Amino acid sequence: MVQVHLTRHLFAFFPQLEGRALEVEASDVAGVVRALEALAPGIGFYVCDERGRLRPHVNVFIGNSMVRDRRQLSDALAPGDTVSILQALSGG
Amino acid sequence: MAQSVLWVATRKGTFKVEKRGGRWQAALSGHAGTGVNYVAREPKTNRLWALLGHGHWGAKLSVSDDGGATWRDHTTQIKFPDGARYIGQDMFEDSTSDFGVGWKIVTRKATVQKLWVIGFGGDGAIWVGTIPGGLFVSRDGGASFELNRPLWNHESRGGDLFSGDGTGETKWFGTPASEGGEFAPGLHSICVNPRDPKHVLVAVSTAGVIETRDGGATWRPRNKGMSMDHHPDPNAEWGHDTHLIEQCAGAPEHVWQQNHAGVFYSDNGAESWRKVSAPDVGVHFGFPISADAHNGRSAWLVPGRGDNQRTAIDGGLFVARTDDGGASWRQLRQGLPQECAYDIVYRHALDNRDGLVAFGSTTGNLYISEDRGERWSAVSHNLPPVYAVRFG
Repeated sequence: MVQVHLTRHLFAFFPQLEGRALEVEASDVAGVVRALEALAPGIGFYVCDERGRLRPHVNVFIGNSMVRDRRQLSDALAPGDTVSILQALSGG
Repeated sequence: MAQSVLWVATRKGTFKVEKRGGRWQAALSGHAGTGVNYVAREPKTNRLWALLGHGHWGAKLSVSDDGGATWRDHTTQIKFPDGARYIGQDMFEDSTSDFGVGWKIVTRKATVQKLWVIGFGGDGAIWVGTIPGGLFVSRDGGASFELNRPLWNHESRGGDLFSGDGTGETKWFGTPASEGGEFAPGLHSICVNPRDPKHVLVAVSTAGVIETRDGGATWRPRNKGMSMDHHPDPNAEWGHDTHLIEQCAGAPEHVWQQNHAGVFYSDNGAESWRKVSAPDVGVHFGFPISADAHNGRSAWLVPGRGDNQRTAIDGGLFVARTDDGGASWRQLRQGLPQECAYDIVYRHALDNRDGLVAFGSTTGNLYISEDRGERWSAVSHNLPPVYAVRFG
């Protein structure tokens, strides 16, 4: 299982996820997005575009490292990892 | 007549404007903090549709079935199908160029950058225009939306890129002023003929006006009589920078157009256009235009100072109206600021209904007139930048 941490901004659209300890079974980042979609239908299209790529202003971290593959979301996960899905800041 | 409501889409939410206690008042309806490109009521169902542009989370359809009291993401979201591609331009570093950059033609996978406009047909069809320039249609009340492939695959934009590389050439320019600063043309105008829902006019910046008479199976350009000053051939078939077209509901052969290169009018259903700019009274450049629903020869617009400034003209804000098919225009200034006003009004941010006329600016000013524009009063000076106003 991996722990998932979501920016609180997403709770405005998916309040059913707020306050929950999110633990999902996933071997890569794409698997996390699929698991979240099952919990909160529609959230996948908030995080990714219709080609499955991370939206330009969304960042995903595994631990403290930003994922490398923003197109296929193939970065591998190990049990116990923490995945953070956050809004990207562009300065200002 | 039912009490009129004005829906206002802004950079920071959807507002509902109603007349209460003798005064038009705005109140936040929903989407606080979120960009709303367009909002409109579906006549057949009374459902409200808002086209959202989240800064981080993409473009979303939002609906309300209780008059704007509550909103929710629509169960179906608009997405380009797998394999949808379009021809665009990418900037690259070019040391041989005086500017240090060059442009190259590229073929991109399409994703929805912006939901821009929604229109409703008398047959219940729901049409949505996007950036990049896609036209989506639902014929099941919004349960599903399908990309109109005959227009997406039109020969004018390089042919069918689903199955191959097409011709490799598009005549739809797109400008970096569009969403995301990409060279992606956008579809911003949808006019469904009230007498024939299979007859639809759409308009695209920077391609022009395009027509179907068979419900979207085939499309052809409708740019005869239009001219442009950003193309070696001013009368080329494609490349016209239409900013908005609107059709007279009661006499749909009358179609009005605010274009980058002037104001155009057609009294034959866009078969041909006539330039009706009047630079001496400031009527030439701008974004919005609003056609009267009954008198095809009447229309309103909000002029701006040329494409090199894009502000109100000389610091004085005015609306212009014609009642004679563009032969003459009147400047309507009463109640509008005439000192140090540099508002610009976006293409969807002017509307009229039954004598009411309203417009909002990117400066957050919202004005309304109850006498066809003769006198104006301010509803608010403090709204977020206004993207669209629609009576409904």
